[in-house]
This record gives sequence, C-alpha cells and structure tokens, in this order.
Amino acid sequence: MMEGEAAAAAAAQLFESPEQMDSLALDEPSTAPTDRSNARSDPAAHPLSQSSSPRPSPGYDDAIVLSSPSSTRSRSPKSDSSFNSFLEPPSYAEAIFTSFDSSNVDANGNSSHNSQSGSSSEFLRISVSDPHKEQDLSNSLVPGGNYYYTYLITTRTNFPEFGGTEFSVRRRFKDVVTLADRLAESYRGFFIPLRPDKNVVEGQMMQKHEFVEQRRIALEKYLKNLASHPVIKKSDELRVFLQIQGKLPLPKTTDVASRMLDGAVKLPKQIFGESVGGAVDISEVSQPAKGGRDLFRIFKELKQSVANDWSGVKPAVVEEDKEFLEKRDRLQNFEHQLTDVSQQAEVLVKAQQDIGETMGELGLAFVKLTKFETEEALYESQRVRAGDMKNIATAAVKASRLYRELNSQTVKHLDKLHDYLGMMIAVNNAFSDRSSALLTVQTLISELSSLNSRIEKLEVASSKIFGGDRSRMRKIEELKETVRLTEDAKSCAVREYERIKDNNKNELERLDKEMNDDFFSMLKGFVVNQAGYAEKMADVWEKVAEETIVYGKESL
Amino acid sequence: MIATQQRTQSGSTQSPRSPSAQAPFLSVSVTEPVKLGNGVQAYVSYRVITKTNLPDYQGPEKIVIRRYSDFVWLRDRLFEKYKGIFIPPLPEKSAVEKFRFTAEFIEMRRQGLDLFVNRVAAHHELQQSEDLKIFLQADEDTMERARSQEASIFKRRPSDLMQMFKDVQAKVSDVVLGKEKPVEESNPEYEKLKHYIFELENHLAEAQKHAYRLVKRHKELGQSLSDFGKAVKLLGANEGNALGKAFSEVGGKSEMISFKLQEEAHNLLMNFEEPSKDYVRAVQSIKATIVERGNAFRHQCELAESVKLKEINLDKLMLMRSDRVGEAEIEYQELKAESEEATKRFEKIVHSMNEEIVRFQDQKTLDMGLAFHEFAKGQARLANSVASAWRSLIPKLDSMSNTRNSH
Repeated sequence: MMEGEAAAAAAAQLFESPEQMDSLALDEPSTAPTDRSNARSDPAAHPLSQSSSPRPSPGYDDAIVLSSPSSTRSRSPKSDSSFNSFLEPPSYAEAIFTSFDSSNVDANGNSSHNSQSGSSSEFLRISVSDPHKEQDLSNSLVPGGNYYYTYLITTRTNFPEFGGTEFSVRRRFKDVVTLADRLAESYRGFFIPLRPDKNVVEGQMMQKHEFVEQRRIALEKYLKNLASHPVIKKSDELRVFLQIQGKLPLPKTTDVASRMLDGAVKLPKQIFGESVGGAVDISEVSQPAKGGRDLFRIFKELKQSVANDWSGVKPAVVEEDKEFLEKRDRLQNFEHQLTDVSQQAEVLVKAQQDIGETMGELGLAFVKLTKFETEEALYESQRVRAGDMKNIATAAVKASRLYRELNSQTVKHLDKLHDYLGMMIAVNNAFSDRSSALLTVQTLISELSSLNSRIEKLEVASSKIFGGDRSRMRKIEELKETVRLTEDAKSCAVREYERIKDNNKNELERLDKEMNDDFFSMLKGFVVNQAGYAEKMADVWEKVAEETIVYGKESL
Repeated sequence: MIATQQRTQSGSTQSPRSPSAQAPFLSVSVTEPVKLGNGVQAYVSYRVITKTNLPDYQGPEKIVIRRYSDFVWLRDRLFEKYKGIFIPPLPEKSAVEKFRFTAEFIEMRRQGLDLFVNRVAAHHELQQSEDLKIFLQADEDTMERARSQEASIFKRRPSDLMQMFKDVQAKVSDVVLGKEKPVEESNPEYEKLKHYIFELENHLAEAQKHAYRLVKRHKELGQSLSDFGKAVKLLGANEGNALGKAFSEVGGKSEMISFKLQEEAHNLLMNFEEPSKDYVRAVQSIKATIVERGNAFRHQCELAESVKLKEINLDKLMLMRSDRVGEAEIEYQELKAESEEATKRFEKIVHSMNEEIVRFQDQKTLDMGLAFHEFAKGQARLANSVASAWRSLIPKLDSMSNTRNSH
C-alpha cells in the first residue's frame, strides 16, 4: 500500500503537477499489479490462487492493511488537511472484522483446525525466501547457459521428531517435485495437497523476477499446506526435505529409459512367470505399476481393466462400499458447483476492482475541475461550486480506496474456493489410488485363477499317462510355486487396498469437518467484510449528502 | 418543471406556484413518450403540457404533441434571433441506432427536452419569443409546416442572404489580402473568458466520461453479484446440510443486492451523469455564442471599414463636384445606418453575454449542487441497503454454525 499512500498524499496537495494527480487514480497499490500479472502470466494458476500480498504471513495482512492509513499522517504535514481527514483511525466496524479474520488465519498462516490429536501446542512453521540464481553444472550442453533458482526454506518447530527448533536448507523446484512424488507413493489414499505447477512463464508479459516471486509464494503455500495435514506433517519425507542439508536424500523420479534398464533385469522373471534366482519383491507388487520397470504388469492390469469393462461378469472384487460411492458422487457434484462459484467469484472480484478504479478516476477528474475553477474563479458562485466539487472528489477518492480494500479482503476470503478446488484434485488422486489398488488385487486374483486352471489342466493331462509325466510334473511344481508367490502378493495387495480404503475414509471425515469449518468462516468473513465496507461508504456519502443538502429538492 | 424553482438573479418573472396569486407564470412539462411509425421512419412523440396565466397564451392549459425535430426547430429559431444569449442545449441529435428506442434512452431524452423547454420558458427574454408560443400552442399541422419551411432556404430574409454572401466575400478577400488571422476583439477579459470556456469543456467532458463509466460499472457489479449468487445457491442446494443452507442464504442476498445496484445505476444515470452531460452541452452552447459574437464583431469591423472608405470616396466626389454625389451620399447614409446597426447588434451581444455568464455560473452551481446531492444520496442509500442486507445475515450464519457444532 505504500505507493498508494504516497499518491494519496500527493493528491491531497491540490496544486501538485497534473502528472502526480494522474498517478493517483492510475497508480495501483502493490497488491493489484500482482493480482493482474498473476492472472496474465500463469494460465494454469487461478487469479485467486496467489496471496494478494507479497508478505509471507497472510494472517497479519489484515492488521497491516488497516493500520497503514494511520501511518501516513506523519508523512506529509503540509498537505491539505481535508484529504488527510479521510484517513481515519479504524472504526468499530473495522475492529470487528479485523479480529474475526485474524482468528481464522493464525500466525502459522495455516487455517486453524483444531486437530483431533489435540496437541495444539505443537507447531511447524515454514517460510520460503531469498531466491538465488545458481549455475547448473551438470548436463550443460550450452556452457554457462543453464541456471536454476534455489530458495531458502526456513523451519521453526517444536516437533520432537526433528530434534531441533530452527533450521534452514536450500532447495530447488526439482526437489519439491521429488518430495511430492515420494509423498504420493507413501501416502496413497490420503488427500495430499497439490504441489505448484511445473510450467510456467506466460509469454512476454512476465519478467523472470515476477515468476520467481510467484513461485516462491506458491512453494510457501504448498509447504504450509503439507505442514497442516495431520498425518503428512509427521512424514519422514517432509522432515528430510526440510532438514537435511545439501543434496536431497530422496530417490529422484527417474525417467522411463533408465527404468527400462532397471526393469530389463527383472523382465525375464515376469515374462516366464518363473522366479529366477531370488524372490520377487512382494512389496513392489503392491505398488502401482509404473514406468519401464513394470511394463509387463502394466499390460496385465490393462488387460484386466478392459476385462472388467467389457465382460458382463463382475470382477471378483468390486467396489461395494455404497457409502463411499455416494460420497464420491456428491463430491463430484460439489466440485462442479464449486468450479462455477469460483469462476463467478473471479468475475465479481474484477467488477469490484473496476468500480473502485472508475470511482477513483471520477474523483480525480473532479479534483482537476476543482483546481481549475478555483484558479479561474471570477464569481462567487464558481468558488461555491469548486467547494462542492472538492467534497464530491474527496468522497469519490475515499470510496475508491474503500473498494480497493474491500476487494483485497474479498480475494482472501474467496481464495478458499480455489483452495478447495485444488483439494478436489487431491481427493480424486486419493480415489484413483484406491481404484488402482483394487485393480491390482483384481489382476492378481484373475492371474491366480488362470494359474490354477493351468495346473488343473496339466494334472488332468498328466493323470492320463501311466506312471506320471515327468516334464508335466515338473511344470506343475513350478506353477504351484508361482501360485504360492502370487497368493502372497495377493494378500499384500489386499492389505494395501484395505489400507487405502481406510485412509480414504479417515480423510473424507477430516475433509467434511474442515470443509464445513472453512466454508462457514469464508461465508461469514465475506459477509462481514461486505457489510463493514458498505457501512464505511455510507458514512462517506452521507457526509457529502449533508454538505450539499441546500441544493436538494427536499429543502424547498 | 423548474419554472417555479428558479433562483437566478436574472429578474425572471417567476413566482410561487399558487393558482390564486395573480403573478404571471408559465410552466411546461414534456411527458409520455410514445413510439410511432414503423421501421426506419419510426420516431417518438411527446406530450407537451403548458400551464400559464399569461395573456398571450390561449387559456390556462394547452396540450400539444411534439417530436424531437420540433424541439430542434425551436432551438434553431431561438439561436438565430437571440444572439448573445446562451440558448439552453438539447439532448443529442443522433444516437446509435441500437439504443434509439430503449426505455433508458427515451427517458434520458425526455428529461433533456423537459429541461430545455423549461429553461426557455424561465428565461426573461426567451420566454417572450413568438416561436416559443408557436411551439407550445400550434396544432400539429401548423407545427409541421413551420418545421419544413425552416429547412427551405427561401424562408430566409433577403438581408440574411446578402449577409451570407458578404461573409463569404469578406473571407475570400481576407485570404487574398493575406490577412491570415481573422479580426478578433482585443479584450483581455473576454480572452480569459474564451480560454476558460474552452478549458472548462475539456475538464467537464472528462468528468462526464467517468460518470458514464461509473454507471456501467454499477450495472456490471450488479450482474456479477447476481451470477455469483445463483452459483452459490446451486452449491448450497447440492450440500443440503447447515452449510448448504448458509450458501443458499448468501446466494439469495447476493441476488437481492444485485437489484439494488441496477436501481442505483439508473439513478446515477438520470440524476448525475445526465446533469454532467447537460453541463457539457451548456458549455458547447456558449461556444456557439462565442462564434456568433466573433462573427458580429467582424461584421461590425468590416462595415466600419467600408463606411470609412465610403466617406473618403464621398469627400472625393464632393471635392470633384461630381454629379454622383447625391447617389453616393445616399449610399453612404445607408451604409452608415447598417454599420450602426451592426455595432448595436454586437454591443447587444456583449451586454447579453455579460449578463448570461453570471446567470450561467449561478445556475450551474445550483444544477451541479443538486446533481452532487443526488449522487451522494444515491450512493449512501445503496451503501446502507447493502450493509443492512449483509448484516441481517450474520446472526443467521452464526446460529447455523452453532447448530452444526452442537451435534
């Protein structure tokens, strides 16, 4: 708000140069350009998705925004007092919704949900700052050309697991991607907050430093979201990310090619269905098939899912939990409606911004007129009119500022909508964890059944030969071994599936409660905000109506 | 009707509107716009109701039907006859075709026409005009005839035609003689006034532009609140619990407030933006008068020049004892009379303008004061109803939130 303050003070001096007066209406506070550039630069990012303030802890913004008017009083002592007179101390209405808002967003910058674990004295505060440009020494085909940015991640916490209270590390965006991927693997079925988008710059409009700043804000928000998830905030992955100096000791996401090499070793095992050498790693079986490593398994699961879709016969295990299905459908509808509301919210915010701007421009035009009439006045009626115009101009400028403040608050409240849209994606991810786990189980079951039928056939054929058929007997033994392994894998997969189902259930409960809390406070915040600012505007205009009452038809 | 609300010092003969008083009054209202005709020839007609006790008028009340071009006729006549007076402006001639028959545009125009004719009726000189009497009283046929005759150039008096030719002649000779700058008054006060008027128009036009945009912004905000409200209500319907109800309430309020905004947009348009526009038009009318004054001044100067030349010529002839002296004497006298006439006309304009300027400033202070008052009142009214609408929701939200927490 600093630029806006200076401009307001400048306008207060009616005899400033026209350029400075121009700058009053056209000069946006530091909040607005960020909003607009965000909207332009990142099509993937919602305009509401970025905090409208560059400061890291949005919880304090309310107090700061509202207290800044009083700070200008000391700045320009010789300015026209009538302009400074509208920079009043916070009114009662302000006090009400200031305190309301800040109770919702605590010092963590996290939405305060009373965690069921009850340890409200535990905290985990993360901030992201100080972007540094660093040279990319590896893989540079263009010598000296590649560089990337690192960010300072500072953590303050009293979690015992960390064994420390304050520490910092430097991480780059790639590390964040790795963290996100590892979490996705370890916490299947959980509603894991989405990480910031990888890509990036919208054409010519955004400067590098704007992009870096945008990314810094997004990273901070992401880490804060992780830190407020009751389960994930305790994860090893997060702890390692936040605490371990130097290179991030989490396995990176490798590309398919190297996975292929990896998988090529194991491929013969899969192709021939035999356990060559050591046993198949059971836990790997229960992980989703991915990359080159599990090519064969992917094919099998694909075949299974196709079979599920096309066959009239239901697969052996099917999603039966009606409650879950209901909840899922409801959430889907909710997501649709929420998307609509979010879009309309965007339009509303723009309309509020526009009306504030135009009001300000109107005020400016009357300021100029006032100055003009005052300078050129030959008649008393002109001076009177100039006085009237000044009152209107003052009111219009005040109203314009009120609209701006209203809007920056509105953005913060309605931001919740966008947060929950992101949450819906996390929910969908968790649900697809569940269905892919189910698919794995189904695949293993049908594999078992086909193995068993092969065994049966071989036994039948073998029994027809007197004295047994040695090669067939051997084959049967091998198949029985595979069946044993597959049984184990199946149990593992079933366990995993049940685990994910459980996670889903708990998370759904958590979501329900948090959503209720969040949306209620969002609605109330929005309503209180609108009411409060409307009241302030009413005050401004009532004053002018009073000042011009002699002209009114009522006074005749 | 502003005839009885006049507060100028122009000495207008207005008095409180009590029928029992014998003080003279003349009040007019332009009402009931009706669209007539079809297609390209469609137009709007207005009922013009005149109430008066002036003797020159046919009775205490007269109603006629007039259309926009009738008003234009009246104004053109007044402009020609009453040079030096700032003739009240008319709402704009042409509009974008699409909006010509919208309720909003017609209402704006009606308001502007009502204002125009009332101002004419309230002006101490203009109200004497014969053309005004025709306008307010003549039957439609007479009016139509008068209007179409105006278009024809033969209606003009011969002296007018001569004047026009002379003007052209003068302009040509100016160019031939290399006189680049037209002859201007060397009156510093007048220069200041001209500069003031031209500057004022720029400032006012800008203010009016923003006023118009502000109207639009109100409409847009209203629309966005309505759409937002609808979407929020749908979201509420989907949820079906206490939260759902909360959403529905907020959505409903949003829609309601959207109406208030549309209302205020209309109020702003009629009572603030239009008066601002009217101010601009008034200034443009003054500019036209400035042009007329310039013409009159030049005319006066030229004639004065011609008289001097004629005088010299006459003296020459007299010295030469020419037999053309008599003729020349007559011509000289005629020209002298014309010159005096032109000087008188010019001086009348100057005198009128001086009075008019004072009147203008006073009137505009009142007009704009009222417009500002309405603007402020409207904004206050809007803000208060928005505030109370939202405030009324808060206890409801609180109780919904509490019932939710209690189970």
